[in-house]
Amino acid sequence: MNNQMSVIVRTITRITYGLTIVFGFYVIMHGHLTPGGGFQGGAVVASAFALLLVAFGTAGLKGKLNHHLLQTLEEVGALAFLGLAFAGIGTAFFANLLANSGAVFGGAVPAGPNAGVLNSGGTLPFMNWAVGLKVMTGIASILIAMLIGLRKEAAE
Amino acid sequence: MMHIGNLPFIVAMLLVILGLYALLFKRNLIKMVIGVSLVETGVNLFLVTLGYRAEGIAPIYTHAPTAVSQVLPTPQALTLTSIVIGLATTALLLSFAVLVYRHYGTLDVTKIKELRG
Amino acid sequence: MNALTTHAPILIIATPLLGAFAAPLIGKLGWTVRTAFAGAIAALTGCFAGLLAATLYTGGGAPIVYVLGGRLPLPSGLAAPIRIMLEVDGLSAFMALITALVAVVAVLYSVSYWKERSGGALYDSLLFLLIAGVFGLVLTGDMFNFFVFLEITSVAACGLIGFRTWRKRSSEAAFKVMALYTLSGLFVLLAVGLLYGQYGGLNIAYLATNLGGTMVDRVALALLIAGLAMKAGAVPMHMWAPEAYGEAPAPVSMVLVANSQASLYALFRVLFTLYGQSLSAAAVGWILIVLALLTIFVGVTMALVQKDLKRLIAFGAVSQIGYMLLAVGVGFAVLATRPDFGLTAITGGIFHMINDVACIGLLFLAAGAAIRASGSRDLHSMGGLAHSLKGTTVLFAVGAFALAGVPPFNGFASKLLIYESTFQLSPVLAVIAVLASIVLLAVFVRAFQAVFLGPRLIARPEPVPWPMVASMVVLAAVVIGFGLFPGFFIDKIVTPAANALWSGQGDYIRAVMGG
Repeated sequence: MNNQMSVIVRTITRITYGLTIVFGFYVIMHGHLTPGGGFQGGAVVASAFALLLVAFGTAGLKGKLNHHLLQTLEEVGALAFLGLAFAGIGTAFFANLLANSGAVFGGAVPAGPNAGVLNSGGTLPFMNWAVGLKVMTGIASILIAMLIGLRKEAAE
Repeated sequence: MMHIGNLPFIVAMLLVILGLYALLFKRNLIKMVIGVSLVETGVNLFLVTLGYRAEGIAPIYTHAPTAVSQVLPTPQALTLTSIVIGLATTALLLSFAVLVYRHYGTLDVTKIKELRG
Repeated sequence: MNALTTHAPILIIATPLLGAFAAPLIGKLGWTVRTAFAGAIAALTGCFAGLLAATLYTGGGAPIVYVLGGRLPLPSGLAAPIRIMLEVDGLSAFMALITALVAVVAVLYSVSYWKERSGGALYDSLLFLLIAGVFGLVLTGDMFNFFVFLEITSVAACGLIGFRTWRKRSSEAAFKVMALYTLSGLFVLLAVGLLYGQYGGLNIAYLATNLGGTMVDRVALALLIAGLAMKAGAVPMHMWAPEAYGEAPAPVSMVLVANSQASLYALFRVLFTLYGQSLSAAAVGWILIVLALLTIFVGVTMALVQKDLKRLIAFGAVSQIGYMLLAVGVGFAVLATRPDFGLTAITGGIFHMINDVACIGLLFLAAGAAIRASGSRDLHSMGGLAHSLKGTTVLFAVGAFALAGVPPFNGFASKLLIYESTFQLSPVLAVIAVLASIVLLAVFVRAFQAVFLGPRLIARPEPVPWPMVASMVVLAAVVIGFGLFPGFFIDKIVTPAANALWSGQGDYIRAVMGG
């Protein structure tokens, strides 16, 4: 069964999926400054996977995305988030250790209107990355699992 | 600028009622999932509307001009959380719908009852 | 206070969450490591819950507040509390103890429940997620987090109900339950939105100081009662309960009972702490009483006609939710005049929670063992299991008698308190409750006779492995211990919980708001 879409869809997908992934990473990266964050960025990245799945079918993913790898990465994302929350337990669970500490992402935010300081936010950017990782891999594995299930249905 | 008044609240409640209708009276599992999603959307719209202030600005300023009001940030955070939860529940519901279809060969609730015997 | 005690409230939630996230990774290391890890997480969670309860009870029952994300001396002196908070009072600690008991027993039972050893890591993950959700529900001091934990339990519970994807009815039941759970969660969210819109806060203590009994408050209360009663499995929205309890794996059925009780706890928290006397308590109390009587009636009569062992127990579980609702409804109905029997009723209702989870849990576990051994769930094809499963037979009998309220088991101790106090409000209530118990006894005697007595219908039932027996023995010990020394346990753990509802609203608010 040929489950690929037409050449137009495939060509557009080839052009856009990379851009979509980059945009998703941008949304995660700037989660503490602009609207968006880990979940939104992760969902954008996952939508690129969805695009690939729709355009090329499950065959297009073989070798690129492995179900076990996705699951492992998802767990790593979740554990990283929980670990960051635990890291603050000296003060309280979820306490922001790094904010204004001068370390990575520990810059102080100047008062008043500014363009946004990427090097701020303390543990928040790390948490955004953890959530982003979990969401992109989680949604991707949901999509793959569902699509494989449905394709099996159609084949029977 | 046009004043929207209570219109969003009315739309939100309409969505909730439509969703409940679909959930209770539709026999197709997928349509029931759509019903649940509609209720969810209605509640989310309600929450966002709660935080809206007429001509308010985004609540991200440290030194916001005091003359204008800011929209409330908390309902937005609540809505966001609720959307994330909605994603999980919808995905789970759809997965069960797929499984039910695989077992019974139909998505019609009444037929499933007959097949179960 | 040392660090561990200070952080105990959050550690109780975070530890099972860690278990849930790490289980699939740990699972790759093989069965032994996975099982040891699950056991360690469960034991650790149990220890934290015990520690928290001990701190609270020895501290005179003053609520413990934990602020997430930063040090915030409480009462903070701010007009409205900021940050997410956990607030633990007598009732929360009591519920945490119940959940910890269930968690430890469920994990122990699950060790050898599954015949196939693959996929178990995902089961562990969902089970810990469900446990973390239930702990969150009973410990949080924030209305929105209430909703979040409610949804966490919904998702995890339905994942577990539909876990056996190869069974036809599991997926179907899971779909139905998930739809209803989501609906109940959205009712709660709508109510939370209504409250936030009026008072601009989500903290329970803050809301409780501001609630004025406006029309919108009443609509919010109606939504909360509808949503939480639905999730607790009270009539008229009980139809999910037999499906859920019946289709879930046996240890999960037990955890689901604790989950329903957590929703019931949430309902009590909303009524007594959030609303308290800002509304006409008598009317709401009577609504609860009517719901409770319907729940008892429907649960018991439906149990009479079941042919499937697990669904029979499931309807028994539904009827018991009715008893707790009845007792606390009576307590709430007389909140304004505060006669002595109101407190007795609440004590009975709360004491019945732990008794119910112990004896219903014991029944579910014993039934699970019997079903696993015989490969059948039909009452008519299971007979004569007593010949080969002696231990399970005795344990099932203990659970059945306790559930029906036969002395000297624990069900009798709490039901007696409920009968006594409801009698003083209206003798009719007590009569119905007693009659229902008698019918329930008949139901379970019939089930016991059909499953365990009579000629051997199954030639070679599989033996029950020791971890399953051990977990059932733990529950049986609770059933008998609480039945023999009810006074001791009521004094130590139930009375602080009941007082938290009956007269604890002020303390609960002061712990956060000061004044």
